[in-house]
Amino acid sequence: MEKYIKGRVWRFSENVDTDQIIPAIYLVTGDKQELAKHAFENVRPDFAKDVSDGDIIVAGPNFGSGSSREHAPRALLGAGIRCVIAPSFARIFYRNSINIGLPLVECDVDAADGDVLAIDFEDGKIVNTNTSAGYTFPSLPEFLVDLLDAGLIENTKRKLTRTG
Amino acid sequence: MAPPSDTRRQYHPHASFYPIAANTRVMGMTIAEKILAAHAGKDSVSPKEIVDARIDYVMVNDVTGLPAFEVFEEFDATPILEKTVLIQDHYVPNKDVASAEQAKSMREFARRYGIKNHFDVGRGGVCHQIMIEEGFSAPGRLIVGADSHTCSYGALGALSTGIGSSEAASAMATGELWFKVPETQKFVVDGEPGKYVMGKDIILHIIGDIGVSGSLYKSMEFYGSAIESLHLSDRITISNMAIEAGAKCGIIPPDEAVFDYLKNRVIGEYSPVYADEDAEYEDIFEYDASEIAVLVATPHLPENVTPASEIDVQIDQAYLGSCTNGRIEDLRAAAAVLKGKSVHTDVRMIVVPASKSIFEQAMREGLLKVFMDADAYVAGPTCGACLGGYMGVLAEGERCISSTNRNFIGRMGHPNSEVYLANPAVVAASAVTGRITDPEDLLER
Repeated sequence: MEKYIKGRVWRFSENVDTDQIIPAIYLVTGDKQELAKHAFENVRPDFAKDVSDGDIIVAGPNFGSGSSREHAPRALLGAGIRCVIAPSFARIFYRNSINIGLPLVECDVDAADGDVLAIDFEDGKIVNTNTSAGYTFPSLPEFLVDLLDAGLIENTKRKLTRTG
Repeated sequence: MAPPSDTRRQYHPHASFYPIAANTRVMGMTIAEKILAAHAGKDSVSPKEIVDARIDYVMVNDVTGLPAFEVFEEFDATPILEKTVLIQDHYVPNKDVASAEQAKSMREFARRYGIKNHFDVGRGGVCHQIMIEEGFSAPGRLIVGADSHTCSYGALGALSTGIGSSEAASAMATGELWFKVPETQKFVVDGEPGKYVMGKDIILHIIGDIGVSGSLYKSMEFYGSAIESLHLSDRITISNMAIEAGAKCGIIPPDEAVFDYLKNRVIGEYSPVYADEDAEYEDIFEYDASEIAVLVATPHLPENVTPASEIDVQIDQAYLGSCTNGRIEDLRAAAAVLKGKSVHTDVRMIVVPASKSIFEQAMREGLLKVFMDADAYVAGPTCGACLGGYMGVLAEGERCISSTNRNFIGRMGHPNSEVYLANPAVVAASAVTGRITDPEDLLER
């Protein structure tokens, strides 16, 4: 995982559910690039067209609620999203994101569409470069940092090797 | 929106409690804590602790299965056969070529590894109903499933929770998964529910009170005389919708109703788990069931609850089915309202029993005839319409009264369509009048 990123903001409100992130009719593939084509299609049709690699999502509480579909964080990764920041996340979305290497930050950040945020994961700091406002966030538990770094697949392989 | 009547009395029993270090825990444990401790091989666990726990079953459906199978191939392992359950339900019978390929990947995975617990078209139904009917779910078990409504089996005293596809693959290979021990909230519902008040109304009332993130990451435990008096089917509805409050699980202490249901059904042994007397709850919520109205959750969140009698909305479709309310008891409740009446000419009513065995029983009891005589469309089990997949997708501007669990934007079709959640009797009454209707009002006419 990168220690420092800088990216353009897509702003969303609270309770963004996984049906909004990726509508169920597209759940016929696990391919993140394919899923990315339909990300936020119903609620924000411009997203898939205008999103660029390195962008960041800033949202209100309870981001990723609803379905267990891992297709949701996969669609965001496929779209080039490098981090999602929200005051709270739905638990399955949280697990899925960590498992597939999409960093999430639990923090209430004031940012508008198009603002540029600088995120320092090591020091737990966020700066909105447009407003100069600064924010801090607690670091993840060590277990989750390892999981995010290695990825679930590698983590599982290690476990299988240990247990023979 | 505020709940219809403020029946909640909340207090914090541990407000003056002094903090103790996790490793010197002396307090008793909640059901979720006990089940996680037992499966992690520990004497005790505390909220927020991360544990590796042995799982009893891992389930995937046709939608979440495909990504899991792709990930699984990276492990160079074989799935733990007796713990792996594969259920085709979301897009079967297939809606198009892509979903056909997806379902095929499950069949191939089952064949390749010799997985016996594979429920294909004509042999199963909606995954959570199958997990219960086929005896996988039982008190004290730790069950994970790549579907958010896996929390349904809490009604049988299991800790069951939704996970993602990649970690389902990992659990199939290792038989374990990491869990963060949740805090537990206690919900006590006493009193006698009204005639048309079902489990659906109780859980909608609670979600209306605490909100869609009111139990975020937490374990809900349900107690009280109203819960004890409910049929298992209604309890499953309550546990099923725990996720709509953001919960990890929604557990009901198992009693004779559960033990009777499991006779000649459950696979293997099980041991019921109950909370300790001195278990620590983060919150305790109390409700009086006699004050809970027959409710409707209006678009676009399950927390937007209003009494059915206070809302006047024209509908285009009435949907009866799903893991939430597609059981025989639900079909009986709807048929009782519908008997001798007809579905309104401007409404199409769709009835989808949640499993093959429910379908058969409904046929034996004459319920399917009641539905068909009323001009409802009756179909075999699938999740299709609930998630806007197929078999009942809504057009722009259309409204559906639905016995399902989510009314999110575009959930059942066009982004400008609307879903109103309600119990099966409300769905049936509304189908007759063409407007959202409290069954009590229909029968008065």
